[in-house]
Amino acid sequence: MSTPKFKNPIVRWIDYRLPIFSFLDHEMHEYPTPKNLNYWWNFGSLAGLMLVIMIVSGIVLAMHYTPHVSMAFNSVEHIMRDVNYGWLIRYIHMNGGSMFFIVVYIHIFRGLYYGSYKKPRELLWMIGVVILLLMMATAFMGYVLPWGQMSFWGATVITNLFSAIPIVGKYIVSWLWGGFSIDNPTLNRFFSLHYLLPFVIVGVVVLHVLALHKHGSNNPLGIDTKGPQDSIPFHPYYTVKDYFGVGVFLIFYAALVFFSPNFFGEPDNYIPANPMATPTHIVPEWYFLPFYAILRAVPDIWFIEAKLGGVIAMFGSILLLFVLPWLDHSPVRSARFRPTYKWFFWILLVDCLVLGWVGANPPDALFHGVPFVVIGRIATAWYFIHFLIVLPLLGFFEKPRPLPTSISEPVLKGGGKLAGATAKPMEKA
Amino acid sequence: MAESLQASAGAGHGPGAHGEGTRRDFLFLATGAVAAIGVVSLAWPFIDQMNPSADTLALSTTEIDISHVEVGQAITVLWRGKPVFVRHRTPEEIKEAEAVNVADLRDPQTDAQRVQKPEWLVMVGVCTHLGCVPLGQKPSDPKGEFGGWFCPCHGSQYDTSGRIRKGPAPRNLEIPAYTFETDTLLLVGAEAKKS
Repeated sequence: MSTPKFKNPIVRWIDYRLPIFSFLDHEMHEYPTPKNLNYWWNFGSLAGLMLVIMIVSGIVLAMHYTPHVSMAFNSVEHIMRDVNYGWLIRYIHMNGGSMFFIVVYIHIFRGLYYGSYKKPRELLWMIGVVILLLMMATAFMGYVLPWGQMSFWGATVITNLFSAIPIVGKYIVSWLWGGFSIDNPTLNRFFSLHYLLPFVIVGVVVLHVLALHKHGSNNPLGIDTKGPQDSIPFHPYYTVKDYFGVGVFLIFYAALVFFSPNFFGEPDNYIPANPMATPTHIVPEWYFLPFYAILRAVPDIWFIEAKLGGVIAMFGSILLLFVLPWLDHSPVRSARFRPTYKWFFWILLVDCLVLGWVGANPPDALFHGVPFVVIGRIATAWYFIHFLIVLPLLGFFEKPRPLPTSISEPVLKGGGKLAGATAKPMEKA
Repeated sequence: MAESLQASAGAGHGPGAHGEGTRRDFLFLATGAVAAIGVVSLAWPFIDQMNPSADTLALSTTEIDISHVEVGQAITVLWRGKPVFVRHRTPEEIKEAEAVNVADLRDPQTDAQRVQKPEWLVMVGVCTHLGCVPLGQKPSDPKGEFGGWFCPCHGSQYDTSGRIRKGPAPRNLEIPAYTFETDTLLLVGAEAKKS
């Protein structure tokens, strides 16, 4: 640091006292990043972008929304019809929820494929699961605010999950409701928390990024960077790549907002909430469908009644992810070098899609003569078998393919020999 | 390392080309321009949403029935969240207002500039000093030294034409846009109406 890093004297003056510019330069400019990241690594920054979009559009919506049972629905219609560009901002926020989950689910499955949860990134992964849980809570409460039929009955169903807890369940539920059913107190507290939680998410995201930057990004090969020849500075190489990804992503997002804004929505939610009549077919938002299928799949098992079993299975399916770094104890990270795991990864992905499809259908409906609940049970069972049995066993029995000695090696030599020579061409920089 | 890579990738031109932009410079500027246009055009909806919404604008005119207001009486009507003073002036009040030497006024205006029909004085009842509502609408109210209105907050005094005569207020009471729909029906805020 003998030569000053910044030319601008004001920046230098500030940085000497508050090293904010050094910090940004270190974390977002020179930050060494593996040079072989593919486009699946774009989804982390896209998730960050979505968080910002949701907070900005949400703050604006809160300026026009009224959290009261007799006014909430109409205030949303007021936003749609009267507020300048209110329709645009609401559709950005409404579809933003879906886009956020699409991005985050891809981000999670990328982590699963490339083993990004393995040592030394276990905490990074676990913090990510915390973010997922916070997102789910935020999304759920946000969906209640328009106070349509799906809002009301979705809230009723989900809060009633807690009544499955033995003995204290019913007290917890009336505590959540602030009454004897979903009503004005519930709507008010959900609005308050829906506004609060995104900022909690921001805080946890900071921890997520801190944990990431300690050891740097994983990469498609799943091997550690061996030195400066394996990495490139974050700026301009990954800023420009992220920027390109943002462009493609926003085209997709904007197409949804402008041409099919209600694609992910439920028509029933444009009917004001009515505590006297339940819609014939209640479904949660698409991003909760797999969990909804798990909830409904569990039958009475021994002394655990189906209701409690379903709740345990549903929460268990997420909590399981916290211990994933220890369930999958194979030392090889990337599925590229795990011939058997690679197959199980794709089966798990299909399994989750099947669960989502089952969740969207009534449980007693038939698919070619097979009740959906049966398909749901098989898929739920497989989900747990994958994590609790397959992954631990693979660690013992799978024979991984040989790993390249460095990130540069397969790039420069098509994946062959020449371990020693690889470092040289880049080193003079 | 970054510099050497950038230089060697500087497409088309050699790195030494003087005064000429490279293709990379062009791409960089073009991308930045597109992004800037996108951000600005998206920023506008987020700014404009705080402007009055359609339902607020729909309530921006108020009709006032003045058929029951006798000579010497005054009514106060809410328009855009503010009181509007409608005074049916007596001939003495009109004469008094017209007799004032305009050159002596802080905010020079003739009485004729402030009314459409001399017997009807229509004003926004908000003191131009700091926004209080002046007294003088009720017969029991203090009307100040000039027989018009008296602001209790800081003692501004208005005459029978609503002009500032004494006290801290800088300007005469504001005249809203209004029209006589009929002889007995006023429409206040008509400038907001498109038709």
